Amino acid sequence: MPGQGLAQVSVVKRVNRAIGLVPPLAIYVLAVLPPVWFLWQAQTGRLGVEPIKALEHELGELALQVLIATLAVRPVNKWTGINFLKLRRSFGVVTFFYVLLHLLVWLVLDVQFLDQIWADIVKRPYITVGMGAFALMIPLALTSNNLSLRKLGPIRWRRLHRLMYPVVLLGAIHFVMLSKGFQLEPYVYLGVILALLATRIRWAVLRPA
Amino acid sequence: MAGRYKSDLNWSDVTPKDVWLNRRKLMAGAGAVALGSIAGPAAASLNARKTAYGEGLELNTWDEITSYNNFYEFGTGKEDPARYAGELTTEPWTIEIGGLVDRPGSYGLEDILKDVTLEERIYRLRCVERWAMVVPWVGFELADLLDRVGVQPSAKYVAFETALRPDEMRGVRFPVIEWPYKEGLRLDEAMHPLTILATGLYDEPMPNQNGAPIRVVVPWKYGYKSIKSIVKITLVAEQPPTAWNEYSAHEYGFYSNVNPERDHPRWSQKYERRVGGGLFAKQTPTAKFNGYGEEVAHLYAGMDLIVNH
Repeated sequence: MPGQGLAQVSVVKRVNRAIGLVPPLAIYVLAVLPPVWFLWQAQTGRLGVEPIKALEHELGELALQVLIATLAVRPVNKWTGINFLKLRRSFGVVTFFYVLLHLLVWLVLDVQFLDQIWADIVKRPYITVGMGAFALMIPLALTSNNLSLRKLGPIRWRRLHRLMYPVVLLGAIHFVMLSKGFQLEPYVYLGVILALLATRIRWAVLRPA
Repeated sequence: MAGRYKSDLNWSDVTPKDVWLNRRKLMAGAGAVALGSIAGPAAASLNARKTAYGEGLELNTWDEITSYNNFYEFGTGKEDPARYAGELTTEPWTIEIGGLVDRPGSYGLEDILKDVTLEERIYRLRCVERWAMVVPWVGFELADLLDRVGVQPSAKYVAFETALRPDEMRGVRFPVIEWPYKEGLRLDEAMHPLTILATGLYDEPMPNQNGAPIRVVVPWKYGYKSIKSIVKITLVAEQPPTAWNEYSAHEYGFYSNVNPERDHPRWSQKYERRVGGGLFAKQTPTAKFNGYGEEVAHLYAGMDLIVNH
């Protein structure tokens, strides 16, 4: 890295070596903990007297946070040299898992009725947007394995996985659309996501595919 | 006027105080109070007159009613009011009553209360967000106060305002909606015997997070019409601006009667879920006028309640 001191370089090296030791399986095992923790809290009254909405919200926000982490892997590598690229695919899979749980809580615990679920998907724009994001994630989740990567080849695989950009944008818009009144938090998420997406735009211009 | 309502219910139908206090202890044991400093009921009981209202309804517990609130002046989280509303000074309290009335002025709360008989009114509460509760309010009919100040014939609406104190209300530092919170009722709605000014619940003084020291309760409308911590009541000739209606008129109408036939643009209003049912609580169908149709439907005879939502 140009302009970096020797000490800094060695710290980055050490961090990268540590990251290299983490198997993706460890990410998946760790990823199970937050939802289990939320579920336990919800079941024991620690998420308040209306645990369904609270659980739904916690899982949705968690999914957004991991999405942001996934999106941050590239710029973090560029600016600091710290390299999470090896684990990025597992971050993506974890995001899908959280979004799926968020969706299941909404379907099974919250809305409950099939006719209501369908009516909500077609009639409520924020739900349409959220479902759109989920639908776009399905091909990404299905191809997040070595076999698919080999079959598609790295270029097509990478192009397909650019679907992550609309997914994360739709996720942020979904959060902004569902809040009541003018609230700060969803706009903070939207702002961070737009900033991370902006780092991509510049690369696309500099390095046309 | 107190005592307008009669029924077969009597004292034995009311949940005894030791029973609900006991529920509180059970909840506390289950860790429900882990949310933080949720104030318990104060020592003084109000000794409100029991009434027939709420026959057959199962009350929500004190903890449910006082730990899950929408009171954006203290933050937008459901647990924020319980956490921060204690910062509001509720004594002394005065209400500025003005507009088209014979006796306008600043009325001290004790002065208002010395002329009224407090009653218990067990009402359903339906939030526009689809959750519901049953609350044993203590209060008196708004009509009693309006009669006392003398409503002039030209008055057609009543406008209300919540206190606005940035030093005591941390939520108003951010413009979630336009402060101060404003609400309004048509005069006949305000004079309806179901419409009360509440000063307590479970026969205890009103907890701050529920709108202390005095708030409106209009049980056939979505919860946000029941404005909290009132400092101003104005009788006016024209429909007054109201907070959520000003924020988004197509989502929140002036009337805001509970109506399963008129969906909120972002969610259906056909069903509701009672707070306190845990993770697997069932949704139940929402009743038009929140089940108070017999008493209030005539107020809207001939009106299109989809247009006038």
